[in-house]
Amino acid sequence: MSDNPDKKVDEFNLVGKARRRVDARAKVTGQARFADDLVLPRMLHCKLLRSRLPHAKIKSVTTDKARAAAGVRLILTGYDTPVPYGILPVSHDEHPLCTDKVRFVGDPIAAVIADSEEEATAALDLIHVDLEPLTTISDAEEALRIPEPRIHDYGDEGNLHKKVAFDFGDVDEALRNSERVFEDVFFYEGNTHLAIEQHATLAAIDDAAGPDGRLTVWSSTQTPHYLHRALAKALELDPARVRVVAIANGGGFGGKSDPFNHEIVVAKAALMLGRPVKICLTREEVFYCHRGRHPVLMKLRTGVSLDGKIKGMELQTLLDGGAYGSYGVASTFYTGALQTVTYKVPRYRFQGCRAFTNKPPCGPKRGHGTPQPRFGLEVQLDKIATALKLDPADLRLQQLVEPRSLTANYMSVETIGLGECIRRVVDGSGFRARRSGGKLPTPGDIAPVRGLGLACSSYLSGAGLPIYWNDLPQSGVQLQLDRSGRVTAFCGATEIGQGSDDVLALCVAEILGIEIADIKVLTGDTDLTPVDLGSYSSRVTLMMGNAAIEAATRARDLVAKAVSDKMGVPVEKLRFAERRVTFIDDPARVMSWQDAVILAEAKHGTLGTTGSYKPPRSAAKYKGGGVGPTPTYSYSAAVVEVEVDPVTGWYDVIKVWIGHDIGRALNPPLTEGQVIGSVYMGLGEALMEESTFRRLPPKLSGALVHKFPSMLEYKSPSTMEMPPVEVFLVEDPDSRGPFGAKEVGQGPLLPMMPAIANAIFDAVGVRVDEVPITAEKIARALDAATKGRPARVGPTKFPAVAWPEALKIAPPWEGGDGTASNDRPKKERMARPGEVPIGDAPIIRPEVRR
Amino acid sequence: MMRCPEFRYFAPDTVEEVVKILAEEGPRASLLGGGTDLVPNMKRRQQTPAVLVATRRVKELHNVENDATSARLGSGITLARIAASPTLRPWSALVRAAAQVATPHIRNTGTLGGNLCVDTRCNYYDQSYEWRKAIDFCMKKDGGVCWVAPGSPRCWAVSSTDCAPALIALDAQVELVSKGQTRIVPVAQLYNDDGIEYLARRPDELIASVRLGDPTGWRSTYWKLRRREAFDFPVLSVAAAVKLEGDRVVEARVVFGAVASRPVVADVSALIGNRLDDASIERVADSASKLAKPLDNTDFTLGWRKRVAKAYVSGALKELRGDDLETLGLLARRQSMLRVLS
Ligand SMILES: Cc1cc2nc3c(=O)[nH]c(=O)nc-3n(C[C@H](O)[C@H](O)[C@H](O)COP(=O)(O)OP(=O)(O)OC[C@H]3O[C@@H](n4cnc5c(N)ncnc54)[C@H](O)[C@@H]3O)c2cc1C
Ligand code: SF4
Repeated sequence: MSDNPDKKVDEFNLVGKARRRVDARAKVTGQARFADDLVLPRMLHCKLLRSRLPHAKIKSVTTDKARAAAGVRLILTGYDTPVPYGILPVSHDEHPLCTDKVRFVGDPIAAVIADSEEEATAALDLIHVDLEPLTTISDAEEALRIPEPRIHDYGDEGNLHKKVAFDFGDVDEALRNSERVFEDVFFYEGNTHLAIEQHATLAAIDDAAGPDGRLTVWSSTQTPHYLHRALAKALELDPARVRVVAIANGGGFGGKSDPFNHEIVVAKAALMLGRPVKICLTREEVFYCHRGRHPVLMKLRTGVSLDGKIKGMELQTLLDGGAYGSYGVASTFYTGALQTVTYKVPRYRFQGCRAFTNKPPCGPKRGHGTPQPRFGLEVQLDKIATALKLDPADLRLQQLVEPRSLTANYMSVETIGLGECIRRVVDGSGFRARRSGGKLPTPGDIAPVRGLGLACSSYLSGAGLPIYWNDLPQSGVQLQLDRSGRVTAFCGATEIGQGSDDVLALCVAEILGIEIADIKVLTGDTDLTPVDLGSYSSRVTLMMGNAAIEAATRARDLVAKAVSDKMGVPVEKLRFAERRVTFIDDPARVMSWQDAVILAEAKHGTLGTTGSYKPPRSAAKYKGGGVGPTPTYSYSAAVVEVEVDPVTGWYDVIKVWIGHDIGRALNPPLTEGQVIGSVYMGLGEALMEESTFRRLPPKLSGALVHKFPSMLEYKSPSTMEMPPVEVFLVEDPDSRGPFGAKEVGQGPLLPMMPAIANAIFDAVGVRVDEVPITAEKIARALDAATKGRPARVGPTKFPAVAWPEALKIAPPWEGGDGTASNDRPKKERMARPGEVPIGDAPIIRPEVRR
Repeated sequence: MMRCPEFRYFAPDTVEEVVKILAEEGPRASLLGGGTDLVPNMKRRQQTPAVLVATRRVKELHNVENDATSARLGSGITLARIAASPTLRPWSALVRAAAQVATPHIRNTGTLGGNLCVDTRCNYYDQSYEWRKAIDFCMKKDGGVCWVAPGSPRCWAVSSTDCAPALIALDAQVELVSKGQTRIVPVAQLYNDDGIEYLARRPDELIASVRLGDPTGWRSTYWKLRRREAFDFPVLSVAAAVKLEGDRVVEARVVFGAVASRPVVADVSALIGNRLDDASIERVADSASKLAKPLDNTDFTLGWRKRVAKAYVSGALKELRGDDLETLGLLARRQSMLRVLS
């Protein structure tokens, strides 16, 4: 399908050339419209009353006073929106407004819709909520210890949402036969997306309110298609009468990829009132929507031979999921799925467990579930290199996964440019010659010490499977060709700042040989555009790009047919470039693109084509194998240089060298922008970002609150902390990507955290086996070393978890076929008809509707 | 969006009118400088003044008069102006403090007077109304208990002004004007050791100006600790000033910011008459840093802030003796980007 990915850059019209992106001018000049910019006549404003207790039964909600307050038009409570929803079909555990209980500070209980935001806010304080406090579960280890009261009445047991276990071959034997086994426990603190735009939604009814009305919802969402489904389900509407418009997003990073309670609430209010209703969340409320990085405790055991080759690996992860399911089941699988796609792991065991806790729900953040175990793996490899006196780069280079091969867990690797990425950053940084060697500072030294650290990673170019099971295309593109020569490309994909509109225009213009200015893109509108699943899992460039290429190729064929008939030359002899169709053998015979389109319309009638894309089938046929496969993986390697103060542990990041295997850079400055943006976000996680919570003395207060839900106190680096970044784009076109392109939006984030940890060790000889890696922790590790204790900060034990029986899957090289020998057949696994599917919370309707 | 509660707004043109309104309205009125502290606090309902009296249009509050031996700074001048002023460089500590407040945008708006009165800070208090409600509020606003020290009868919110410690180290004075009265007091006396009643200024008083004395023979500096080199309030700061005759110290002042509810003046008499050699610096740094008793209500762990306190006192004094900042460790280098200013 891809248009000859092996072409050289100069054989393309536009691909690979630096261009201003299609939406740049509107965004830079402030003309792009975001949800909060929208204003409609007779628009009302909504505010949500949120729980101030972390875990409680709702005994009553009294709204009379608020109803009577100035400007108030409507008050909604849980009974008005009783149908549960959720992003994953296995965890429909959220209600737009809480019905029977609240599960974290910030869980919405009621909504006030009023003439102004001020009036809505004032009325919140007039609502009386009677809550009966329940035991608070504040972290994953508490959830393991305290099964009752349950936060949800579904899940694998007690307060454990999901437990999974896999054995890919006999890992115990592999570890027994290893010359050395390294065991580490790591902790990765949770953190959040911090998109600059706060979530906002406007809902309105067309035509008439009531049964004839059509609902339109404009929202800052990364997944209009999933929101469309959630609205239809939660509001019991015919999906054909619901339109979702994903308006310009001021950043997403995974934080806008769930359907949200506020979106459903304003839709409900608009339906009831027949007037437009808008909600704009405050920054604090965004911290409560969250769905960010899960805090993960992990234990990693790796058996190696003395030359550092991995023999077997065992990974256990414990995820603190927060109060709802969100993408959590997928996140759990993701903490194990990609450990095998960089270095050869002959045998692999993975056990993962996600707990419910009384905090804002965690979900997907850039890298979804994979940065945490990647941190563990890359830090442990560095420790192995030190212990076995091997060069960290050579240790990795000698055991890279082969191109076009299957891993132990049946992830299928296509091209792999990781070796080249490592070589470039190692050479670029002078890594081999300039390392300090991990010596502890001599007491009394105050001069700063430099250190270099290396780490690698891999990420998906789109999840192989959709969120809900279906056999349909995952991305569709529709083209309409106008007599003016203008081509409109319609696609459900969502521009969240990552540049997907630009990719769409590029793919179409490249194939048709016209200019970007000839293309109009219309995206993310469920009434007008064919389905694309959304901007998550780095899927858009690859999936939408391939669909666009298919649609454009079909359009080109129609035009070529008309031109070839007219000129009397064979179709294959026509070249589409520079807005012209040219006869290759005699370039004097040429027709303008516009004339060619007119000719084609005369011949075929109105011109329009479609294209669609569905990823290839995965080799991982075992249950749970649906998470991890992708058409192709991207790879990254980074070297980071730090300078550390041996007295206080303070450190500065001096420079970052990063290589990214992109397949093909479609618009190189945009690609580099994504790499640098990922580096920035990764540095934020490594240096300082943490979603931490404050539990007040339980005797005095039941509170468990986010410590600092504000942009001032939730520390994220400023431009002053951003070091220079040298980017190496490694281009080895992959036949599965559009023009050979792979993902770039997430992968380059992953090596940053372990590269920093490894650089700190290189500088001052201490290990911080925890993220974030702060000066305080380095100082603690230095103190420990002076007192003769291990120069390390980090967790020491992984709690006991009653793991389920592991699915046993033989690796490909041990005769496996991708299925588990002890898996129950699919039919048995499906819920019996009439049974409530797991995780579908009950619909709670009041006896009498008020 | 978070919105302000309702208020009445006055924007008078003269000091007389300002103090008249203050006298009439009493404690329910607040002065408004750049609003960079007050307005966010109003949105969070930490302060809910019914009346705002803006100082913006009062021309005399925007004056700077100075020569080589003294300066009188109108309270309405912006921090950006102080940071950029070539004639204020002899009062180096102040220039550096002003240059490190928040961000360029805030320095372009925030005033000197507002900076001196900036509300004390605490992680349990600098939160929205809803958040504070979830913890049943605290003593500083709407509640009864102090969450930082639950047994304590007082509030320990942290003095977070950057300019005040610098001005105290420079022995500056403020001019307080109320209806029919003007008093001039040392900056140190503007503050109480209490997180709630942190200002000794009466509600009817306007800070009209700040007065700086003769800088001849003095060297001064300001070191600020914060996680990021923009945005962040100080979580520890050291303002130091020494007057040298030959290589002997004849006068010295070291002041901590952000370790208590007011700026804390350290006893550095041990320096007097001595050279600024390593031994005497270490001695003073050791004893002075014991005064820094941070609590767990700001960024960073308190143990670590204490560790840095000592390094900061010694670093600042070594800088004043003429050491190259590059040789004073990493945290010193962060101060050095400001060297161009002094
Ligand atoms: C993101 C952010 C970061 C910040 N970082 C820092 C920082 O690093 N360091 C720092 O010191 N501050 C910081 N601030 C606080 C504030 O911006 C500055 O202190 C600023 O100088 C305050 O001046 P203003 O004119 O804006 O004060 P306003 O907000 O107008 O007033 C503050 C207080 O002073 C009173 N006041 C104002 N003028 C007078 C006067 N003439 N006489 C008597 N009382 C008066 C007001 O009534 C009010 O109580 C920060 C603020 C923000 C929002
Ligand atoms: S120190 Fe105590 S009383 Fe003061 S603001 Fe903080 S929690 Fe409240």
